[in-house]
Amino acid sequence: MSGFGTLLYKELLRFWKVAFQTIAAPVLTTLLYLLIFSHVMQGRAPVYGEVPYAAFLVPGLVMMAVLQNAFANSSSSLIQSKVTGNIIFVLLPPLSYWDFFAAYVLASVVRGMAVGIGVLLVSLAFVGLSFAHPLWILAFALAGSAILGTLGLVAGIWAEKFDQVAAFQSFLIMPLTFLSGVFYSIHSLPAFWQGLSQFNPFFYMIDGFRYGFFGVSDINPAWSLTIALANLAVFAAITLALLKRGYKLRH
Amino acid sequence: MTPAIQIQQVYKRFGAVEALCGIDLEVAPGEFFGLLGPNGAGKTTLINILAGLARADRGSVRVLGHDVVTEYRDSRRALGVVPQELVFDPFFSVRETLRIQSGYFGLRHNDAWIDEIMHHLDLTGKADANMRSLSGGMKRRVLVAQALVHKPPVIVLDEPTAGVDVELRQGLWEFVRGLNRDGHTIVLTTHYLEEAEALCARIAMLKQGRVVALDTTSNLINRRESLYLKLRLAGAALPPALAARVRDSRDTAHTLRLRSYAEVEGVLAQVREAGAQIEELELLQPDLEDVFVQIMKEAKG
Repeated sequence: MSGFGTLLYKELLRFWKVAFQTIAAPVLTTLLYLLIFSHVMQGRAPVYGEVPYAAFLVPGLVMMAVLQNAFANSSSSLIQSKVTGNIIFVLLPPLSYWDFFAAYVLASVVRGMAVGIGVLLVSLAFVGLSFAHPLWILAFALAGSAILGTLGLVAGIWAEKFDQVAAFQSFLIMPLTFLSGVFYSIHSLPAFWQGLSQFNPFFYMIDGFRYGFFGVSDINPAWSLTIALANLAVFAAITLALLKRGYKLRH
Repeated sequence: MTPAIQIQQVYKRFGAVEALCGIDLEVAPGEFFGLLGPNGAGKTTLINILAGLARADRGSVRVLGHDVVTEYRDSRRALGVVPQELVFDPFFSVRETLRIQSGYFGLRHNDAWIDEIMHHLDLTGKADANMRSLSGGMKRRVLVAQALVHKPPVIVLDEPTAGVDVELRQGLWEFVRGLNRDGHTIVLTTHYLEEAEALCARIAMLKQGRVVALDTTSNLINRRESLYLKLRLAGAALPPALAARVRDSRDTAHTLRLRSYAEVEGVLAQVREAGAQIEELELLQPDLEDVFVQIMKEAKG
């Protein structure tokens, strides 16, 4: 196996060995959101004409789970390795910064997808869903998890302690996901908040992902995907530059 | 011949602290080389730069001719590092750890060699045990095994015997000596100077980021041209004229520094004149520890 392949394998094995915590637990949490919100909100929030609120909610929750778990995977793996010191095992071998980047981000994508599929499958037991454009669903899930895997890598590189990663997650990732239209269509918001939502990159990921299910969205999905990919390109370029310099890893 | 390690004018600063100020060192292939110095002298920083775990502010470092920054793939393939800290990945077993480490170097089908290292390091019985469950000494052995999975021609051991019991220490040295006999270049840092004296053919001493001594171990010990005379006296105290020679004194036992054997007679005469009887007498050869202490004292500031 190549160095890159091994690092990817190791990252996958790492979360797979604790799958109860890394896959089953987030699936359960997301289902609780679904049960409670769909019960409380049923018939209140007007969404896309005839789409029932519970059906509207499911893609939002799936994407939220994908994004948060993709972020959690790379950030927690890296900060654990840094704090315990075993990061040297991947710094001593002849792995390039591209190998390093691709392995961590891909493992995050796999973890995000695994949790997303889990949430989706279990949700189908409670809520009927349509799959209007499956390829859009896949494209947004891949782009979204890659973006968050990359952000997780940035957080892991930058942080020196666990609580700094937690802060990154609580003060940046959580607000951006919760305010991105997971639970509502932004057309239900006052004009000011609607305008502000358009600056949230997560909004485009969720909106486009939802388009794949219902064929309806707030924004044209091609435009949303372009914005998501542009975000990915910028974050990836920043992360690669940090890795190349050895920022906080080879200081 | 290409040096195993070539360090030229390496500088490194951490904030206000100058960790390394112009280090020049060369280690020949097949050498057993010691890197000694007090805590904070810069040994680990130098090793980190060699291994690519840190970057030098200035200067160049090469492993078997490969620059550690521009040709890092080749230099890292040539180098095995046993780190000072007892680190491990709690997710994996010993065998998984070693297989994964091989894979990072792009090695497939490395199980025969992995089995062989595990056998040499007495790890075979623990092959499928989780890293978390191992004792400190066992974890240390796994670190040695990890450094060797890719059969590196140059091996660096950063204080491998700190906090390790006698049996493992001796087993480890026997193993490392064997590697050296097979042609591996060994660089060792340790605080146990008798270990360095017994193992290393050549030694560099570092203090505050500078090389303050660099020579073969035997030259370092002999060039001081000093030896020690240990006396236990009765009847009278040590004459004040000899006070300048005292290395240490305990009750009536004194260890005096001499420049050569020729001075023995004169010292004994002074003792006799002072009215003291000699109850015990021993001549001691200097060891690396004496040399180390002296060099560190001289290199002050």
